[in-house]
Amino acid sequence: MAAAGVGQQWVLVEMVQALYEAPAYHLILEGILILWIIRLLFSKTYKLQERSDLTLKEKEELIEEWQPEPLVPSVPKDHPALNYNIVSGPPTHIITVNGKECINFASFNFLGLLNNEKVKTAAQASLKKYGVGTCGPRGFYGTFDVHLELEERLAKFMRTEEAIIYSYGFATIASAIPAYSKRGDIVFVDEAACFAIQKGLQASRSNIKLFKHNDMADLERLLKEQETEDQKNPRKARVTRRFIVVEGLYMNTGDICPLPELIKLKYKYKVRIFLEESLSFGVLGEHGRGITEHFGINIDDIDLISANMENSLASIGGFCCGRSFIIDHQRLSGQGYCFSASLPPLLAAAAIEALNIMEDNPDIFQTLRTKCERMHKDLQGISGLKVVGESFSPALHLQLEESCGSRENDVKLLKRVVDYCMNSGIALTQARYLEKEEKCLPPPSIRVVITVEQTEQELDKAASLLKEAAQSVLN
Amino acid sequence: MVTATKLSNNQKNGVSNGTPYKKTFIEHFEQAPMYVAVFTFVGFAVGTIFGYLRDFMRAWGLEKRNIATERAQQKDFVPLYQDFENFYTRNLYLRIRDNWNRPICSVPGPQFDLMERVTDDYNWTFRFTGRTIKNVINMGSYNYLGFAETDVNALKTVTIELEKYGTGVCSTRQEMGTLDKHVELEKLVATFLGVEDAMVFGMGFATNSMNIPALVGKGCLILSDELNHTSLVLGARLSGATIRIFKHNNMQSLEKLLRDAIIYGQPRTHRAWRKIIILVEGIYSMEGSIVRLPEIVSLKNKYKAYLYLDEAHSIGAVGATGRGVVEYFGMSPDDIDVLMGTFTKSFGAAGGYIAGKKGLVDFLRTHSHSAVYATSMCPPVAEQIIRAMKCLMGLDGTTQGLQRVRQLEKNTRYFRRKLHEMGFIIYGNDDSPVVPLLLYMPGKIGAFARRMLERNIGVVVVGFPATPITESRARFCVSAAHTREMLDTVLNALDELGDFLHLKYSRYSKSAHPELYEESRLELED
Repeated sequence: MAAAGVGQQWVLVEMVQALYEAPAYHLILEGILILWIIRLLFSKTYKLQERSDLTLKEKEELIEEWQPEPLVPSVPKDHPALNYNIVSGPPTHIITVNGKECINFASFNFLGLLNNEKVKTAAQASLKKYGVGTCGPRGFYGTFDVHLELEERLAKFMRTEEAIIYSYGFATIASAIPAYSKRGDIVFVDEAACFAIQKGLQASRSNIKLFKHNDMADLERLLKEQETEDQKNPRKARVTRRFIVVEGLYMNTGDICPLPELIKLKYKYKVRIFLEESLSFGVLGEHGRGITEHFGINIDDIDLISANMENSLASIGGFCCGRSFIIDHQRLSGQGYCFSASLPPLLAAAAIEALNIMEDNPDIFQTLRTKCERMHKDLQGISGLKVVGESFSPALHLQLEESCGSRENDVKLLKRVVDYCMNSGIALTQARYLEKEEKCLPPPSIRVVITVEQTEQELDKAASLLKEAAQSVLN
Repeated sequence: MVTATKLSNNQKNGVSNGTPYKKTFIEHFEQAPMYVAVFTFVGFAVGTIFGYLRDFMRAWGLEKRNIATERAQQKDFVPLYQDFENFYTRNLYLRIRDNWNRPICSVPGPQFDLMERVTDDYNWTFRFTGRTIKNVINMGSYNYLGFAETDVNALKTVTIELEKYGTGVCSTRQEMGTLDKHVELEKLVATFLGVEDAMVFGMGFATNSMNIPALVGKGCLILSDELNHTSLVLGARLSGATIRIFKHNNMQSLEKLLRDAIIYGQPRTHRAWRKIIILVEGIYSMEGSIVRLPEIVSLKNKYKAYLYLDEAHSIGAVGATGRGVVEYFGMSPDDIDVLMGTFTKSFGAAGGYIAGKKGLVDFLRTHSHSAVYATSMCPPVAEQIIRAMKCLMGLDGTTQGLQRVRQLEKNTRYFRRKLHEMGFIIYGNDDSPVVPLLLYMPGKIGAFARRMLERNIGVVVVGFPATPITESRARFCVSAAHTREMLDTVLNALDELGDFLHLKYSRYSKSAHPELYEESRLELED
């Protein structure tokens, strides 16, 4: 204790000695520093922002002054999309549009199953047994035996392990893509992809890379670029999933995707393929199995096939099929599947019966193809209009050969052609798009749909009427 | 002591009888005792530990792998799923997944027939025995007014329309898909709701996700309730607008967000917002709570915002004549800017609608994503909605519609009152036909659903991630078609099961007097 006391005293003495021996400037500097610290400690703090908080009165003024936009802008009475064509009765082969009876060249009823008696009988039986709605999503007593049966039948028909049904065609691909592709993943998608795919991609928040329509060289360039990126950051590359999204038969252009080359690219660059077959299901292929059958490709090479049942199957809803490894995931993460009521049983029963008819009459597809080719040939040589689409595509576009300056005027011109045809008994429609929302807006066109119910005379009549209309309106 | 009840920030056990409300608005959100929360976490912890153990055993080949795997040719692709993403699905959900996706084979009325389903390998795969379990009481389907029926007379018009129109439409609204049936239905919906015009869509989920992006875009602000449905959240995200969340049904939180939005403008640039839209639902299906509509409307008028009301569960189910929360609160439909609803729940059909002023509906006819790209509603379904709506409005010459609404009201009050008396913790408003019964512990979810099925009652149980992790629940949907005997059967079963599984957590079970409710509640809160 005494030693410590002596030690402390000795330190104190040393300090005082140091003070005496220090040079004057050092002492003065230290003194100034100490005074500065004391001043800083006692001075007021100030905010970084120069602006002070608003007073209550100013806030109230701001609230008073703010004027929002109207909820919706007013729509001019002559907006081209405002006045719908009203169809009285079923939209079958002979359709009554706005009171006038016409031959239907506008509804996607490719196999003519909309008016089929067997399909209606099956739907009636289902209505008697189940009523109309399912009153619940699939997880909460909304799964009916018809749904399970339809899923089994679709999987068997497409020769895949499993299928999953959605209650709305648009929601099918729009829910399937975000279930697999998340933020940070990369999706290569064709420019001409339909709106449902675009919405699915937007919901997924992944990196989207567009490649030119059906241009495999462009796609390969993008894939190569991605490969060089990967080499810079291999750890990130190991967890980034990649997908290619294409359509079997494109709705916007009427042509098919080059699937064999895509498969080659898939294995070369290790990218998964999602195929959207809404228009090609029930149309392409010897038995109507779609573009994989058309090209003779093993269906397991495609990771996911999505289609809607609203075209060839003349029902409502959509389905995805593929291996169980892939499809089963959607049962818990497909938003349109988990959080929405299931498909009404009468529509599922109608789809099953339609599938039966497709399986029992495989020659129906060749008949459709012949008619498409005939119509495609007939429509060649119309002055002012060019045919866009493959010869075997049942959904063609007729575009203006020369635009007359603005899209609005083109639309008006095509409307006159359509009205001419409607007045003479052929029901046609323009292809509709949301001009501001589409990524790559296709040019305005008239949609021509060929179905198996149209006779050869009717096809010829429609073609000649279009020639006449084009002559009178465009010249 | 009893103090004058005022709306507190917490909104727990809030009772209000202030000026905007014409009748008492009673909602319950009782909190369970602390030990329940502790045991819930312990339950999840045990499940997780076992999950890790099983994953380990599967990785090292000690246990058979039952799940589907990637193709051999694609083994060197980037894996499609991360292992830990599916941890919960693989190890916790899988154990009790026989309680969901139960297939039925009859009309989803007050009673239905279930297909008997067994598993030989602990829920990895299921197999149907071929037998059906008949006349199971249905407490899970959204059949509030009992329109899910197969009575030949009731479905007469639907049968005729199905014969006439078939099942498909094969085109979009703007092309060749607008049928006279749609026009008829839209006029009827507008008359029913008391608005200028309405538009119908083929799917309820898609109605939200495809129309909200048409109404708002970049530079707009969306104020969305915490517990909004996935379709509203998806629609808000797809629109590109800024989204801000306010606490569930909490008007102070909403007002603060509104004031800050108008005063400070958009983040960083401080430009004014183009418009502000509030997204709320009529009845929230997981909580059973009803939106505080009068207060929201007064807020929206004061701050010049727009209101989008999603009445998926409330249209047909509340209100003196079944016209939804607007009628329930005695307000006029002109107060709401966008009235949205679905036909799946109370009308026994499918699809959705948006109604409001003619300018709004005209805009949607030209700019809605659904009108341009999605198939229109199928005619027999439209006819079902028409006949159900006519029945509700009394246009078919009977008072059956009104009787159904009254019966639903009676059933709801009876069911909720009895459950309160028995001592269960029930969430939500006294008038909402959606009744969540809290189970809390993960082990009880499976046990509850399975034992109820043994007693021939089908219930819906929900756990994480649809609800917060500690608040798993069973959700009952009362229907006008339930008879007093069916409800009593269910209540007796619940009584027994509640005692067996120790589910009666409520501390206020003994009294049924409303005043005594508040008094004891307030005392315990301090």
